[in-house]
Amino acid sequence: MLTIKDLKVSINEKEIISGLSLEIKAGEVHAIMGPNGTGKSTLAWAIAGNEMYNVTGGSITYNGRNLLEMPPEERACDGIFLGFQYPVEIPGVSMANFMRTAINEQRKYRGLDPISSQEFLSRMEENRKLLGIDSKLANRSVNEGFSGGEKKKSEIFQMAMIEPTLAILDETDSGLDIDALKVVANGVNKLRSGKNAIIVITHYQRLLEYIIPDVVHVLYKGRIVKTGGRELALELEQKGYEWLKN
Amino acid sequence: MDKDPNNILEQVTKNDYKYGFVTDIEMDTAPKGLNEDIIRLISSKKHEPAFLLEFRLKAYRRWLEMTEPTWAHIKHPPIDYQDIIYYAAPKQKSSPKSLDEVDPELLKTFEKLGISLEEQKRLVGVAVDAVFDSVSVKTTFSETLEKLGIIFCSFSEAVQKYPDLVQTYMGSVVPYGDNFFAALNSAVFSDGSFCYVPKGVRCPIELSTYFRINSAKTGQFERTLIIADEGSYVSYMEGCTAPVRDEHQLHAAVVEIIALKDAEVKYSTVQNWFPGDKDGKGGIYNFVTKRGMCKGSHSKISWTQVETGSAITWKYPSVILQGDNSVGEFYSVAVTNHYQQADTGTKMIHIGKNTRSTVISKGISAGHGNNSYRGLVKIIKRATNARNYSQCDSMLLGDQCGAHTFPYINVENQSSIVEHEATTSKISDDQLFYCKQRGINIENAVALIVNGYAREVLKKLPMEFAVEAQKLLSVSLEGSVG
Repeated sequence: MLTIKDLKVSINEKEIISGLSLEIKAGEVHAIMGPNGTGKSTLAWAIAGNEMYNVTGGSITYNGRNLLEMPPEERACDGIFLGFQYPVEIPGVSMANFMRTAINEQRKYRGLDPISSQEFLSRMEENRKLLGIDSKLANRSVNEGFSGGEKKKSEIFQMAMIEPTLAILDETDSGLDIDALKVVANGVNKLRSGKNAIIVITHYQRLLEYIIPDVVHVLYKGRIVKTGGRELALELEQKGYEWLKN
Repeated sequence: MDKDPNNILEQVTKNDYKYGFVTDIEMDTAPKGLNEDIIRLISSKKHEPAFLLEFRLKAYRRWLEMTEPTWAHIKHPPIDYQDIIYYAAPKQKSSPKSLDEVDPELLKTFEKLGISLEEQKRLVGVAVDAVFDSVSVKTTFSETLEKLGIIFCSFSEAVQKYPDLVQTYMGSVVPYGDNFFAALNSAVFSDGSFCYVPKGVRCPIELSTYFRINSAKTGQFERTLIIADEGSYVSYMEGCTAPVRDEHQLHAAVVEIIALKDAEVKYSTVQNWFPGDKDGKGGIYNFVTKRGMCKGSHSKISWTQVETGSAITWKYPSVILQGDNSVGEFYSVAVTNHYQQADTGTKMIHIGKNTRSTVISKGISAGHGNNSYRGLVKIIKRATNARNYSQCDSMLLGDQCGAHTFPYINVENQSSIVEHEATTSKISDDQLFYCKQRGINIENAVALIVNGYAREVLKKLPMEFAVEAQKLLSVSLEGSVG
């Protein structure tokens, strides 16, 4: 589904990712771990297509298409979803309006008619219940006045609404208590199928107890330095990141 | 993907003004220019009573002594008042008794504007008075309203049928010598709308006036008078468009509202006069005086405006809070794109005790647009326990536009509470990227964010207007990314 080859990304002329390669197949869940400032979020931004991040080398292929040639909204319409580490507030725009606009833009891109009100509302209701989100959510402005936990849940809610092919969750677990963590994991596990793939970016092994990854990568200084199975996450938990430096 | 916001702006500001067509219709026009003969001509064409001619002439003589105001934050070449036609009316054999007698070309125009009178006749909910150039074409729904004793008709008709009401209230809120443009209007106004809601009656439908300037070189000077008698309620909407023309056209209207004891008037405007092209050529000069008087205790007047059109907007819908416990409100969204200029705001004059006013103003500037909020809150000595809350927000799209706020606060009473908040914001790159990541392209993202920013005001509009206003905001701003 996603093939990254020798990717180099810099921001403000400073190279953050220096020759990263990654292969993700449909049905897989990959965890990307590593200490702060090693380029985990930069990788997420580069896949999503943030113009601030300059791809200076390498390639990203997504379902056979050159992703780097596509504007961010087209990547989104083609099924790439990014769960933001710091979700953005949009005052005055209700979550219902935001989601409906997003879903209809994506449907238009795929040549589909706009979603019917009934279908939209029942999908909102279903996902809201799944994630245990307050019923006032639909009318609240996007992320405005949300607590840290609410913002993260709202990202997962949006993911559930949009039903992406490839979801990238950028430290969705940070700042969540154990109950919220379970809710987030539920949402992610619901999306999991043979057709989808998920990249979970995290510091801690904790989330991976609920979202069992197929592959774990350790990112350090802009490169993947180690790849393994689930046990790699546990190893990191015990040893910390210090041992990577040697 | 073009990353330069100015290029994106450039691409989309080529947008056509979709109401810019001209209706080919035979007109009865007065010669260009202004003098006492023209005023007498207008008055006699309309078979007006002597008091009205007198009012016009007094206004004209006062106007001659006045000079155009220069304090507004706007710039324009001098207006040649002798180069304007002050009276233009579609030729009609006689005044229409039913829609079937209205010129079909005219009806087609209104259909193009999306307010088919034919349809209006059937649809329950909105009664429309359509003013085409200077003459009111047909008031729909009058019969339905008559049963409730509500008078809703053209100003000319009111002059003929209800001269006492006109004489009592006309000029009582906006005196003929109030300001330069109000004086000009008082001298030459040709038509407009009139509304009277009797005691204790709650008007069950939204009343609506649609203004259209069609003829070239013609000024539009309409006058609206709304009287809400004790304990009554009315919601009134006003829409405006004009054809695309190279030269500037003048629109100088006067709106007066009187709310008696316990009465409530809600006045909503969606102003979409031709704004001029992307280089600032053409467009309407919109110099309007709108004022309401909360005459009785516990009365309420609420102005809501969405200003997206006109080359220049100069307009301060105000409320004089004379009755004790009366309430004044002003909700405004003003957009300036290309070379549009807006100097708009309100005046809240607190005279009665326990009077309250709320001002919410949302300015949006894009392109080379200049947007100013100018507001006065005045609380006189005897207005004990008066309260005002003002919030003036500005949003800037691009780096060539301007936003300005000129608040004037004048408090003479110790017991009053006045609050003023102001913010300036931009659409952030983070917000745009967040939207794009959800699949929303940049134009729709801007429209979404701007509509969200203006939501507090838009939600005050009647349903029929809110949808229209949202679309209008999106069209006016397509691609204006900052």
